[in-house]
Amino acid sequence: METGVAILIGLFFTVAVYLMLSKQLVRILLGIAILGNSVNMLIFTNGRLTREIPPLIPAHLYVPETATANPLPQALVLTAIVISFSFFAFLLVLAFRAYQELGTDEINKMRVAEPENEQTPPQGY
Amino acid sequence: MRTVIFRTIAPYLAALMVLFSIFVLLRGHNEPGGGFIGGLIAASALAIFGIACGVASVRRAIVFHPMGISGFGLFIGALAGVLSFFNNQAFMTSQWLIFDFFGVEVPLSTPLVFDIGVYLVVVGAIGSIALALEEREAD
Amino acid sequence: MAGPSVSVDYADAMITAPIAAGDWLIVAPSLITMIGGALCLMLRKNTDLQPKLGIALLGALVLASLALLIRVLDHGVITMVMGNWLPPFGIAVTADALGATLTFIGSVVAFCAGLFGMKTVNSSGRRYGFYPFLLLLMTGVCGSFLTADVFNLYVWFEVLLISSYGLLVLGNDRIQLDGAVKYGVLNLVGTNLFLIATGLLYGIFGTLNMADIATKVAALDNPASGTLATVAALYFLAFAMKAAAFPVNFWLPASYHTPNIVVSAVFAGLLTKVGVYALIRIFVLILPASREYMADVIGLVAILTLMTGALGALAQTELRRLLGFLVIAGIGSMLAGLAVGSTLAISGAIFYAVHSIIVMTALYLAAGIMNMMEGSYNLRQLGGLYQRNVAFAGVFLVLAFAVSGLPPFSGFWPKVILVDAAFGDERFWLGAAILVSGFLTTMAMGRVWIYAFWRGGPEGTADGQSVAVTASSPPELAGGAVWLPLGVLTALVVYFGIQPEWMIELSTRGASGVVDPLGYLRSVLGEQG
Repeated sequence: METGVAILIGLFFTVAVYLMLSKQLVRILLGIAILGNSVNMLIFTNGRLTREIPPLIPAHLYVPETATANPLPQALVLTAIVISFSFFAFLLVLAFRAYQELGTDEINKMRVAEPENEQTPPQGY
Repeated sequence: MRTVIFRTIAPYLAALMVLFSIFVLLRGHNEPGGGFIGGLIAASALAIFGIACGVASVRRAIVFHPMGISGFGLFIGALAGVLSFFNNQAFMTSQWLIFDFFGVEVPLSTPLVFDIGVYLVVVGAIGSIALALEEREAD
Repeated sequence: MAGPSVSVDYADAMITAPIAAGDWLIVAPSLITMIGGALCLMLRKNTDLQPKLGIALLGALVLASLALLIRVLDHGVITMVMGNWLPPFGIAVTADALGATLTFIGSVVAFCAGLFGMKTVNSSGRRYGFYPFLLLLMTGVCGSFLTADVFNLYVWFEVLLISSYGLLVLGNDRIQLDGAVKYGVLNLVGTNLFLIATGLLYGIFGTLNMADIATKVAALDNPASGTLATVAALYFLAFAMKAAAFPVNFWLPASYHTPNIVVSAVFAGLLTKVGVYALIRIFVLILPASREYMADVIGLVAILTLMTGALGALAQTELRRLLGFLVIAGIGSMLAGLAVGSTLAISGAIFYAVHSIIVMTALYLAAGIMNMMEGSYNLRQLGGLYQRNVAFAGVFLVLAFAVSGLPPFSGFWPKVILVDAAFGDERFWLGAAILVSGFLTTMAMGRVWIYAFWRGGPEGTADGQSVAVTASSPPELAGGAVWLPLGVLTALVVYFGIQPEWMIELSTRGASGVVDPLGYLRSVLGEQG
């Protein structure tokens, strides 16, 4: 099962990189969202996949009776999802504001901070 | 989006969602649920209310600025971890207070306070982003 | 329902001994700033109270981190594990000499920035949350310096990143949105790379505790090959992106000149150094074999970063962008230390990081003052500052000497150490690159001083002439809020230049603590480590 998921993760990474290479900011953001998801799946798979055995300890025991699904990657993935979700939301607002203010969502045309034909520094001492 | 049906239903829907979010928050200690998911549900309630009745009425309804709410959540979340200082234990060690309330055992704990903090942070942060996006749409 | 109703012996999984109150100093820096940031966030509307509260909290942060540093120097490495769990199960927070030193210097810089912000951040900026975000940024910075858990390091990185977004768009200018888009997207990609590497690392070892991983890596037969090689390469790329090393440095000059000048100052001082810190922590403590394996690549990146930074600085007209390239050149010096990797070289890199934190912040603050006096950051329009304020011209000259690595200021000693270490390791190109970069920096900064301070007025003023000092005296420069931070930072620069012993000893302790991590491992894992 890990192999199948690994291939899926590879696909996700491919799509993410492809989207991030485009010029439109919105596509780049979509690429980042997919990248975040592929990273989450990668962490999840790295914790080894165990199906249908929840990591619950019976009330009368200290340790689980059998090997269970690994809960730690789930905690890590949850944290990563929270973070990537909030960043994605923030970047969406930012991109929207930038589109309103700069009038473009094409990265190559965003030249306010780094103007073209900038003055050279004064020459000679 | 502002049909009569939607505008009539939205306040009830939002109220129900907030109630449900609190339920999810409180059940999160031992079962699926918790502060983050509860907070998301509450934030979507605010978003729905905002779509139906306008952002201004949402802001009036929640009284405090969303960022203030998330600041308060962060505050109590961090304080919940500090309580263990008085017990000579490490940061974030959970502290329990169990008392009888008319024959029902009520366990109160710092993880619960922390979870409420998370809930408020999420409501505030996601709510403020959602409201900001809706506000622009109206312009 | 809940656990406590059953009586259980927790000794196998939890720490039962009481925790010394002094150990709380380890979490104090993050905790003070987090709680304080939350308070400030609630009081956002109260623009009069906010600066006072914010500066008081930053002052408390300085005191707490100083106390932590003293405690670390007295007791050696100290550790506290969250929630009383036994390591490696709990998230460990560990203060060693390296982390504590950087935390202390970082807090001093943040305090100075908070003071300076009283003048430069107007009430709308305060309402947008300058002080809360600054405090939360420090939460992330201090947390990164003090954590002993790789995933926790990622979380702190994100904390500081999200607060830095908040600071970057403070005011919502067009230029800021443009800079923030580039900064935001590229840094998010960087942290995702970091997360990929961390996921793979977890897949290999099943643990995220740095000390635990370090022990397990050391026990491997061939610790630089296989998946670990991929992990090391990903970590290097991710942190190099954070630190703005050569091929992935372009977000820095694209964004650092856009926000409020005091925000630029904090970013220039702290953010890239957190990346360098993470590189030192990961590559020297956890993956030393991979560092050795990649030493030539790191060295090459260091050389290219040094050159890009210095040459880029020479080509800029905008003062803030010029300083941004100097930040990059400084990163190159620290990477050179990492490439050599001996205790001497790492101590040089740590000292250089301390120097760079202080001097870059001071230079940006000085640029802010220049802008207040002349209303421009453009080298063509600046001029005649020497006549306006001789003392300020002197201070700027001191900072210019320091950033170029000229004696007797703080940049000199770490450069001596780094060049010595590079030559001792027979990496002559690396040593030469540090020296050449220092020379080019001298030219760039000398030009700034000549044009902005020494000549009579803006471009077009004839030689020997000087534009009469305009009637409007230096605007709003009276208050100590502007001069005090710059004075404190310059005093530190001079002090570390004339009396370097203290800092050399500190950075040597920091370096030997990561090169030979026995004390660190013992502190985190207990005596069996």
